[in-house]
Amino acid sequence: MKAARNIPMTVLVNFLLIVGLVGMAAPFVWMLSTSFKGTKDIFRYPPQWIPQEPTLDNYRKLFRTVNIGRPLMNTVITAVSITGLSLIICSMAGYAFAKFEFPGKNVLFMGVLGTLMVPGQITMIPVFLLLKKLGLLNTYSGLVLPGIASAFGIFFMRQFMVTLPNELLEAARIDGAGEFFIFNRIVLPLCKPALATLGILNFTGSWNNFLWPLIISTDESMYTLPVAVANLAGQYATEYGLQMAGSVMVIMPIVIFFLFAQQWFMEGVAMTGMKG
Amino acid sequence: MQRNAKVAYMFLAPALVLMMVFVVIPVVASFVISLTNFDIFALADWSNAKFIGFDNYVRLFQDELFWKALSNTLYFVAVGVPLAIVLSLILAVLLNSPFNHAKDLFRVGYYLPSITETVAIAVVWRWVLNPRYGILKRALEIFGLPSPNWLGDPRWAMPAIIMMAVWKGLGHNALIFLAGLQSIPSTVYEAAQIDGANGWEQFRFITLPLLAPTTFFVAIMTLIGYLQLFAEPYTLTDGGPLDATLSIVLYMYRHGFKFFNLGYASAMAYVLFAMIFVATLLSTRSRAEEVTY
Repeated sequence: MKAARNIPMTVLVNFLLIVGLVGMAAPFVWMLSTSFKGTKDIFRYPPQWIPQEPTLDNYRKLFRTVNIGRPLMNTVITAVSITGLSLIICSMAGYAFAKFEFPGKNVLFMGVLGTLMVPGQITMIPVFLLLKKLGLLNTYSGLVLPGIASAFGIFFMRQFMVTLPNELLEAARIDGAGEFFIFNRIVLPLCKPALATLGILNFTGSWNNFLWPLIISTDESMYTLPVAVANLAGQYATEYGLQMAGSVMVIMPIVIFFLFAQQWFMEGVAMTGMKG
Repeated sequence: MQRNAKVAYMFLAPALVLMMVFVVIPVVASFVISLTNFDIFALADWSNAKFIGFDNYVRLFQDELFWKALSNTLYFVAVGVPLAIVLSLILAVLLNSPFNHAKDLFRVGYYLPSITETVAIAVVWRWVLNPRYGILKRALEIFGLPSPNWLGDPRWAMPAIIMMAVWKGLGHNALIFLAGLQSIPSTVYEAAQIDGANGWEQFRFITLPLLAPTTFFVAIMTLIGYLQLFAEPYTLTDGGPLDATLSIVLYMYRHGFKFFNLGYASAMAYVLFAMIFVATLLSTRSRAEEVTY
């Protein structure tokens, strides 16, 4: 019975999936294609997928006139700093929750999990006021500091570290290894898969963060890519080629990163069902 | 044991201090600020802020634009969440189908939009939706359908935003559903086949009930995310036309960081917080009724 239905079902399932995939991919192709078009090609109807007179003018303008290099650098610095610091701090806290007994452990852990419920918009205003008071508006510290400690990261590392064998840590202690040595040389190397997944989620999350940089970076020299692109879309409202080139700068690095590291991304979804 | 506890606190300290400063204290501070008339003058000198009790909340519920933002957000949620769930469930079933011969390609392809930055992809969508040159107009034309002036028409701007948001989250939700589908043991289906259940009956009476916890999880996570609608209308319409796409967070952003009415904006943030809090409580409640098989 299965064999008889096989061909029509195969055609139907794959047809639907392909139609959907075209819908998923079309905006990306359209973005790339438009970013290489001059004005004449852009305002052609019906739309052309392949530019007739391909040009790099949009990218040239993006770097020279709009000066996108600066936001690009800001975004890289911010995302790398948040990712690195967050991995260190969250794995330290996760380790404490996974492998130590101490007074107040359950209360603290529930407290950490409780902050998962708090949307960013709630803390935004007081944190803005605090950082303004400290003179940290338009600084890397202002962009990075609030993003380092995450309940999700701590929980994620704790879940992984709980599975590490206690005997290993005990053996190291008996051999006289210091606590920091154990964490650094034994625990962290064993956590590589978890660190990779969390690192990728963190990096993508901070690269794509918009609302916080929008608030903390009021000076053009401290814009991150998403803020710069939002600004660009307002300032050059009819220059679609330039806008698409700007979007390419934000989207394509993560897309390429994703294509190379997709198993880690997918693992993140499977393990948590949550985005970073 | 004592020594152990000391070490533990040492490992915890940096994370706890940061969470205290950037999450716990701000949650309380935000509420305190919402009880003051903190505005641009107070920004220069905090002592200009005066305690005004619940006046901001009273004002909020008399503010027509806030009601507009609230109803727009609920419209977005009420249409967007069910649509996102139905479509991503269908996609997950297709991806899970034994007739799908290119699993990896489809999984990667459908997941792609979820990793994109919202503002950048919204800029692309604005161009896709362009009423004169956009590819969506062209696609509808091929099927003989008219294309509205999506972002320029108050009736169509929100549907356009819903379309983009659902498109963007589809693959992510489908992957969660896929994990749920794969955790249903095949023996259950085999038993149903012996009892003579057809494909639809198996889906209706086995897949759907056993998938209920996953569905609920996806629904709550999507709901919480959608209540915070901001970057899409910020980029696509700036809340227009005629405030048809003004969302709660966009309105809050305007009061907070355009006019620096930080007291008033904090009150809005707390109303949003209350809504999200209720949604989260519902989700923890549901975990107790986990389906077993």
